[in-house]
Amino acid sequence: MFDVQNLSYLAGRRPLLRDVTLRARPGELLAVVGANGAGKSTLLRLLSGDLTPSAGTVQFEGRPLRSIPPAVLARRRAVLTQQHPLALAFPVRELVLMGRYPHFRGQPAPPDHAVVQQALALVGLAPLAGRSYPTLSGGEQQRAQLARVLAQVWEAEAGFLLLDEPLTGLDLNHQHHTLEVARALVRRGFGVVAVLHDLNLAAQYADQLLLLRQGEVVAGGPPAAVLTPAHIRHAFDLDVELLPHPTLGCPLIVPVPRPAAVAPGCWPTPAL
Amino acid sequence: MPAVADLPSPPPITPAAPAADRRRRLLLPALAALLLGAVLLSAGAGAMRIPVPAVVGILLQRLGLATGLGFEPQHEAVLWAIRLPRVCLGVLIGAALGLAGASLQGLFRNPLADPGLIGVSAGASLAAVATIVLEATLLAAVRAQLGFYALAAAAFAGACGTTLLVYQLSKEAGRAVVATMLLAGIAVNALAGALTGVLTYAATDEQLRSITFWGLGSLGGASWPTVLGALPLLAGPLLLLPRLGKPLNLLALGEDQAAHLGLPVTRLKRQLIVLATLAVGTSVAVAGSIGFLGLVVPHLMRLAAGPDHRTVLPASALGGALVLTLADTLARTAVAPAELPIGILTALLGAPVFLWILLREKRRRLA
Repeated sequence: MFDVQNLSYLAGRRPLLRDVTLRARPGELLAVVGANGAGKSTLLRLLSGDLTPSAGTVQFEGRPLRSIPPAVLARRRAVLTQQHPLALAFPVRELVLMGRYPHFRGQPAPPDHAVVQQALALVGLAPLAGRSYPTLSGGEQQRAQLARVLAQVWEAEAGFLLLDEPLTGLDLNHQHHTLEVARALVRRGFGVVAVLHDLNLAAQYADQLLLLRQGEVVAGGPPAAVLTPAHIRHAFDLDVELLPHPTLGCPLIVPVPRPAAVAPGCWPTPAL
Repeated sequence: MPAVADLPSPPPITPAAPAADRRRRLLLPALAALLLGAVLLSAGAGAMRIPVPAVVGILLQRLGLATGLGFEPQHEAVLWAIRLPRVCLGVLIGAALGLAGASLQGLFRNPLADPGLIGVSAGASLAAVATIVLEATLLAAVRAQLGFYALAAAAFAGACGTTLLVYQLSKEAGRAVVATMLLAGIAVNALAGALTGVLTYAATDEQLRSITFWGLGSLGGASWPTVLGALPLLAGPLLLLPRLGKPLNLLALGEDQAAHLGLPVTRLKRQLIVLATLAVGTSVAVAGSIGFLGLVVPHLMRLAAGPDHRTVLPASALGGALVLTLADTLARTAVAPAELPIGILTALLGAPVFLWILLREKRRRLA
């Protein structure tokens, strides 16, 4: 469990996150939503230990995050970042095998290879296992990294996944598939914290939502309580209507059309 | 794509692409065999040719094994006193330079990184040139103490000093920022180069000759004391760097991502820099600056065996030793009885090979 108390983060003197308190439990998918620059990624980077809080505390499984040895932490929680620079042209299989590095010394054991195969199959990349990573499309690279992250905590009991915009660059099918994978892990007792942009996907798949605006929490709780037109207007500066989802019972968010959002005079008429 | 509701049962384990895998497994034994052959060949080559069976016979007899392979006493004297220390030094330095190059390319996540980038070579050169030019005046006392080793000691100190400076300059909030380190390295290199230039300008003709020769590199100063002096300094890098394959692979994912996988990134960076500096500093100290080896050899190994550092690191050590042994053989025999500076040979042979590889890769990408 991640237990975050009164967390703040300053970049120089600019506050990126102010007084955030949250709890991410095993067996729950917590989606962090908000406009660009609202502090979603900063929050995730504080949870993953990339950044050190300016104030407040982050506890993982009852201990301060900083006091947990990196090797121990690596077997309990995995992180999917937004950027995936890979300096060398590793084959996809080798990339996913790196997720197993915390689990073996020297050479990988047969179970490690088996986990790599299963993780690749789960993200639908098994046929591309031998391909060189740079030759994959953007969405395929994203899924290969997801497979690496899954392989890292594959057999963990009640492990944790931190996913920073895991759907970027994925087609509609794989967006849903990625969240279905996350749900399957949640059913196995995992905790998942994911930064998401699509409020409809968040409403459909998350157990808890945290809505941020300019580094502060606007609302937190079950999707139905967080995704109100007033909250969304406050956080995104956008008018929406909520419709009942035809089959799932979660809210469906539809923006209200704004005919004059971009004024016609915005582009100068070309001189003929 | 499988249904997610229940996680899939393990599919059969497909082995890695067999051709690439076989090449990777065969590379290290093949390089070791080639190196052994090159060592025997190199030990026999020179003004007095010693046939390979005689070389083997002498070596085995020294180990207490009578073989019946015939050799003459002066063969034994030349081999033991002149050839063997030189070959040993070549192997040690070649391996150290290859390893340092591969490690730094991994650390900087840049295939163009080269030991020169963090200032090791420039610092060593500056200190060595200072020792040569200022010996009569400022450093006379030091030279009196250390005698023959003054130059090597100065070069080593210079290498460590500049690297430390570059490392300190690149630190932000206690973490070395790799991009800043590259830029700081370029600046410190330029500064050290300029100061070396000033000293060169002030040097006498005789000193200029020493400077030029030293700058081009040579294994000509090899003797058993040199080998035994370099060995303890090179032992650390040679034994420890090949074990950093897994950490260096993780570093290719990015520093944050490597940390998420449990890698103590800051400690690893410090280790890599200390070991690479020891390796390159010692090499420059005993043999002058030998260019291109640390850049090209890891590239060749990556082309042969793929990017996995668990193979690339030991292969670069063996490959570096092999290339330097062959280059030194050529340096001693090409214009005998004179001798070519070895740095000229490594660059003269290395640069065209490197260009050929680049062109071949380009053609393959376009095909």
